[in-house]
Amino acid sequence: MSIAGSVTEPATSTGKSWKAPIGFGFGALVALLVFAFGGPATTAVFRVSDDSDRFRLADIALPANVVGWIVALALIAITVYVYLRVRRGEKINRWAGIAYAVLFVIGFLTWVVGIADRPSISLAGLVAGSVTLAIPLIFGSLSGVLCERVGVVNIAIEGQLLSGAFAAAVAASVSGNVYVGLFAAAFAGVLVSLILAIFSIKYLVNQIIVGVVLNVLVSGLTGFLASTLLSRDSATFNSPPSLPDIRIPLLADIPVIGPILFQQTIVGYLMYVAVIVIWLGLYRTKWGLRVRAVGEHPQAADTMGIKVNATRFWNVLLGGAVAGFGGAFFTLVSVSTFTRDMTAGQGYIALAALIFGRWNPIGAFFAALLFGFATNLRFVLSIIGTDVPSQFLAMLPYIVTILAVAGLVGRSRPPAAGGIPYVKE
Amino acid sequence: MSAANRGTNADAASEDTAAPPPAPGTGDTTPAPNDSEDRGRGILKSIVTGSSLVAILAVVLSIILGGILIALTDEDVAAAASYFFTRPGDTLAAAWEAASSAYVALFQGAVFNPRADSLALMFRPLTETLTVATPLILAGLGVAVAFRAGLFNIGAQGQIILGAMFAGWIGFSWHLPFGLHLIFVVLAGFVGGALWGFIPGILKARTGAHEVIVTIMLNYIAIYLVGYLLTTPSFQNPGSANPISPRLDDTALFPQILGPQFRLHLGFLVAIAATYGVWWLLNRSTVGFELRAVGANPFAARTAGISVTKGYVVVMMLAGGLAGLAGVAQVAGTEQVLTSGIAASFGFDAITVALLGRSHPWGVFFAGVLFGAFRAGGVQMQTLTGTPIDIVLVVQSLIVLFIAAPPLVRAIFRIDRKKKSNGQKGSKNQMASGGAA
Repeated sequence: MSIAGSVTEPATSTGKSWKAPIGFGFGALVALLVFAFGGPATTAVFRVSDDSDRFRLADIALPANVVGWIVALALIAITVYVYLRVRRGEKINRWAGIAYAVLFVIGFLTWVVGIADRPSISLAGLVAGSVTLAIPLIFGSLSGVLCERVGVVNIAIEGQLLSGAFAAAVAASVSGNVYVGLFAAAFAGVLVSLILAIFSIKYLVNQIIVGVVLNVLVSGLTGFLASTLLSRDSATFNSPPSLPDIRIPLLADIPVIGPILFQQTIVGYLMYVAVIVIWLGLYRTKWGLRVRAVGEHPQAADTMGIKVNATRFWNVLLGGAVAGFGGAFFTLVSVSTFTRDMTAGQGYIALAALIFGRWNPIGAFFAALLFGFATNLRFVLSIIGTDVPSQFLAMLPYIVTILAVAGLVGRSRPPAAGGIPYVKE
Repeated sequence: MSAANRGTNADAASEDTAAPPPAPGTGDTTPAPNDSEDRGRGILKSIVTGSSLVAILAVVLSIILGGILIALTDEDVAAAASYFFTRPGDTLAAAWEAASSAYVALFQGAVFNPRADSLALMFRPLTETLTVATPLILAGLGVAVAFRAGLFNIGAQGQIILGAMFAGWIGFSWHLPFGLHLIFVVLAGFVGGALWGFIPGILKARTGAHEVIVTIMLNYIAIYLVGYLLTTPSFQNPGSANPISPRLDDTALFPQILGPQFRLHLGFLVAIAATYGVWWLLNRSTVGFELRAVGANPFAARTAGISVTKGYVVVMMLAGGLAGLAGVAQVAGTEQVLTSGIAASFGFDAITVALLGRSHPWGVFFAGVLFGAFRAGGVQMQTLTGTPIDIVLVVQSLIVLFIAAPPLVRAIFRIDRKKKSNGQKGSKNQMASGGAA
């Protein structure tokens, strides 16, 4: 996925880039027109606690048009600040970007809840649902991080998730044990990765081609088996037990963040573990340094005695295991049967999350959360009755991703050797 | 494109160790002249060269693997396998029966049905194949054109939807005289697709945004966009609760070529014309030469005074426009109404079509017909033998995988490469320009 950078980027290589101020300004303009001028004179209520909670906090009630104006003015202020920094040739403070994003989300939420028929939503439900929806995305994008950091573009995340979902359903049903299902899911992901690794590393086939074709292959294969074996005897093959929630007493009672951190299935807990372990591994260990060297400059890595293709091979397999494991979420946590194409493009969203998160596990984590949040918001808003067409909310993650890769929302640079097979001279 | 060149060289280097080393620079610096020379002599030559042998073997191998999969999941085979050690012949016979009956049904659904009432109806499956092939060819050309300029157009799906949206809207909301209406519909479809190709093109050119990501994202945006529009009064059929448009005016539809009993429509001739047009553009025009130069080596192209940024925008608009024509073929030919499922999975199949056709216009044409046959026959197979149509996806993707890795196919069939190395060097260049763009 090398962005043939120097051919197509004459503007950015010569000093100041005005992309960030333009992007920030655009967002601030939207905020001014929609949130401030278009702000309804209602009060948006965010319920922090439900009646059944042990600890109760007061609801947050925000007057929508006032918040709209505050947010819009704050965004304009940040835009001016960013503009001034760019004009002086200084680097943009990353906190400016984060503050901007948080403010924008607050402004958007207040506006969108404010214009609804019943302007009141449960914050805890919104957050918990977002995390749940983001779990497979996070595993998928971690797989992408592991592969792309080592220089192998992984378009096959979708196929890895789907194969994991399928294998988990079948193995857990046949054995009657969910943990067997989890292992089978990881193994299926490894199998998909194995094909990706063999074709792209040994046979030097273009990685994007292999990835795209693998997705079709897995979709066809699991669809075929689902409508033959699985549908013929679904009691044996396609009725897996569900993973239980593991609730940590007291901690799980903390409002809003309690359920997302301390009341999850084992897949949910391992998601947090995977993010942290992979981040530490990539940035704090010798292994990680080698991996990143192979992805950035394989010739140099080779010269230093790192086995480039072996490193790539094992990393791609590891990525497959992670994504396959995440695929188990679909059949062991979310729904308890396998249906064809049940991943429904989540693998591609995970790919987007990985890019939006700048090829960094933590970044990918937050990007995936954002996408999970957008999806969940759609469901929540359809319940409280809103005039915003759900399709536009559904589009949001994709539009944001395009803006991100276009550099309007920060710069997103892939590993330099991504997509290029390495052959010893 | 540097990736592809590297791949070619490496491929040649690792595979030709026993053969005389390739002439210096054949793979790296002069792929474009080599290609045009080859293509000038056309299809005949490519059939006799090794690459086509690999292609045919890849198809055969994939069909065999698909057959094994059908046999393994067949109930009769499972029943016979329970007494495999007493009568192994039964299992094998059941396996053969399962696989062959599925493929016979597929053939009868795709080419020729001997049980039909009249001779014309016996060939009806063939016309179905061509009907299904039409959008595959057009969208496949869209993907192929981008490949040739070194760009990955994963966005044919969204471009088809946009094309169908524009064409459909002109078709049911404008009321123009016969002839003129259809021309406007076709043009609108091209423009719609081109618009959806322009976005990744301009972003790639101006900001370096990778076209793979942008086109994937635009696919989803297109799906939600058409889904939204079909709930608005200007697109939704009055009185219908479903997200479906009014039927297109008769003047806006492609006429059926072979009469009302066959679905084959004029769109197929558009696909033939487009194939020829793309061939001419790529091989006989200055623009085509520049596009191929950009694809072969953008740095060299820029040094030679070719605008790479302009090339990216132009080729993506052309690619999108061609995929948009596939949307026209769907909305004004086969479906006659606009729905959110108008593109089916043609956009993704188009990628495999372009890969199988090695990004050569006529190769794409025949690959489109082959996959059209799989699809049309697959429907028949599913109804007659109960074999799920998903097997077609498996066979298609296996074909592309095998074709992308000629050394693997040669290893499986134990083809001795030493005797053929001369014939295959040229074909490798083609592979690189097409497959690994």
